[in-house]
Amino acid sequence: MLTFMASDSEEEVCDERTSLMSAESPTPRSCQEGRQGLEDGETAAQWRSQDSEEDYEDGPDRHVCGGVPGRPPGLEEELTLKYGAKHVIMLFVPVTLCMIVVVATIKSVRFYTEKNGQLIYTPFTEDTPSVGQRLLNSVLNTLIMISVIVVMTIFLVVLYKYRCYKFIHGWLIVSSLMLLFLFTYIYLGEVLKTYNVAMDYPTLFLTVWNFGAVGMVCIHWKGPLVLQQAYLIMISALMALVFIKYLPEWSAWVILGAISVYDLVAVLCPKGPLRMLVETAQERNEPIFPALIYSSAMVWTAGMAKLDPSSQGALQLPYDPEMEEDSYDSFGEPSYPEVFEPPLPGYPGEELEEEEERGVKLGLGDFIFYSVLVGKAAATGSGDWNATLACFVAILIGLCLTLLLLAVFKKALPALPISITFGLIFYFSTDNLVRPFMDTLASHQLYI
Amino acid sequence: MTAAVFFGCAFIAFGPALALYIFTIATEPLRIILLIVGAFFWLVSLLLSSLVWFMATAITDNKDERVQKYLLIFGVLVSVLIQETFRFAYYKLLKKASEGLKSLNPDETAPSMQLLAYVSGLGFGIMSGVFSFVNTLSDSLGPGTVGIHGDPPQFFLNSAFMTLVVVLLHIFWGIVFFDGCEKKKWYTVLVVLLTHLLISALTFISPHYGLSLVLSYIIVVLMGIWAFFVSGGSCRSLKLCLLCQDKDFLLFNQRSR
Repeated sequence: MLTFMASDSEEEVCDERTSLMSAESPTPRSCQEGRQGLEDGETAAQWRSQDSEEDYEDGPDRHVCGGVPGRPPGLEEELTLKYGAKHVIMLFVPVTLCMIVVVATIKSVRFYTEKNGQLIYTPFTEDTPSVGQRLLNSVLNTLIMISVIVVMTIFLVVLYKYRCYKFIHGWLIVSSLMLLFLFTYIYLGEVLKTYNVAMDYPTLFLTVWNFGAVGMVCIHWKGPLVLQQAYLIMISALMALVFIKYLPEWSAWVILGAISVYDLVAVLCPKGPLRMLVETAQERNEPIFPALIYSSAMVWTAGMAKLDPSSQGALQLPYDPEMEEDSYDSFGEPSYPEVFEPPLPGYPGEELEEEEERGVKLGLGDFIFYSVLVGKAAATGSGDWNATLACFVAILIGLCLTLLLLAVFKKALPALPISITFGLIFYFSTDNLVRPFMDTLASHQLYI
Repeated sequence: MTAAVFFGCAFIAFGPALALYIFTIATEPLRIILLIVGAFFWLVSLLLSSLVWFMATAITDNKDERVQKYLLIFGVLVSVLIQETFRFAYYKLLKKASEGLKSLNPDETAPSMQLLAYVSGLGFGIMSGVFSFVNTLSDSLGPGTVGIHGDPPQFFLNSAFMTLVVVLLHIFWGIVFFDGCEKKKWYTVLVVLLTHLLISALTFISPHYGLSLVLSYIIVVLMGIWAFFVSGGSCRSLKLCLLCQDKDFLLFNQRSR
């Protein structure tokens, strides 16, 4: 899911909207005043619940957003649109980088295209003699995978409802440990094997240790934004590679389709688990819990120097990769918007918001599934790049359209459905229709 | 084969497009988006034309070489028609959206139709070039000897130069086409369509690279000159630019620093 951040202060409420969130939410004003009235508790809750209602009613003129209280509403709306193209590019770049990493690995490292068993979540094999049986098995695999995801998401929602924060944090930290150390070690080993480069164990240990430790610090605590973003991209790529390796052919495609339907349902239906999660977090007026969200927020400018150092930590949103690893367990994460933030003490809102830049957030689950789509296209084509490129363009266009819809509807939207639909359509049509055409043309050296 | 051929052909085919992208498109987010939308439109047109060709081959169901060749030629011609149709569709979309684009950047000037024409042409060109050439490129990395069975050994070079032709031509066609549509000069649209058909037809005489390449480049140069004059260039401005006497340009650069 995509989230727009207009200011750090409004993140708390904005983030709880799990998907595309226009910066035009009223939260900045409410957050600012709510924060000043934090001591008054009640007023804060009043403001927030008021604003949350307004949000759902979606009236742009009622929303003074963009983080600068003094500006008239019309200008705010233009400002939001003005930032639209920049935000789209801020998401294009990391999505493209992730896909490039995945495609480069798939094309060069043989390990990720070799069949070496399946996950326990997809127990049915696809090595069956008949097409019907294979289709049935892949549908069953999908059902199992999706139900695992739904169960884990509901489990997470229940945990959150009953305030078992320690459990959740521990779970997330263990998952990110596994991802940053074990999967990186395996990846590095396979890359070294492919290029026949020898590395002794002490060097390997040092490399993996440094990579993993810095990653944990950057993601869960504080770190430079660029480094954080780079680590999130790398974890998404690693996760996508694992899926590409262990999901059988047809199951992968059916799962991609099913998960975009699930994303749509979970975010937009009133009883969807993600929406319930968001609403619970909003009621409690707290950030949900550490999760995987890529944020492209600009770092604050000099105006922030006035802030006390303790609030600086909030700027580097700590993300948890756990949700991702648990993607074996919990997939609802594609749409997790929750961002962990220590509650900020009252600070001078004015200078802050004038200096701030708006950022966009995209759930890492979205990164992962985009990369799985493109990686599968790269893996299955017989040395064919056309399908990969077509999927790449289709996904970017889907992302563009989703952000456009965000600007129009100004409420939470899932980021998977449109892109995955376009990607699937383009993959299958390119593989079956365009490839024979282009191959024949290329062999005769004809140009269209 | 090997890396030398790969890099050489890649830069021949995509060097100018890459330079144009880095210097003119990459700095503005809106242009990048429009470029990708243009690429998407070309992709959809390719999809439709492949569908038509596929259905034609499925219907005739004839394994004869000559019939296949005729079907391929038919496919190419239909594809050219569909591409130009989609260029027109993209023009219509941009025209409708230009008011929206104006509101997108109220402080900055809205992108002019000429800029949109250039960006759309580049999008079409890059996508077309990439789809035509990338598989050949990736094969050139591997081992092999070109022309060992009597085919011409300059296969890769010819493909690379032809791809460059296609990329440049799409840019020029885009500029001329949009201008023709804006000023309701429908003969320009017809000329674009005819030159596109001509270029594709030139590739039919495939092994005679000299002829087809030379003619194609002549067409590129002519289209380039036409696009230059259509976008408001003139001999005088060209002279000023080359002699670094263009005061407006120099002042503009000074200001931006």
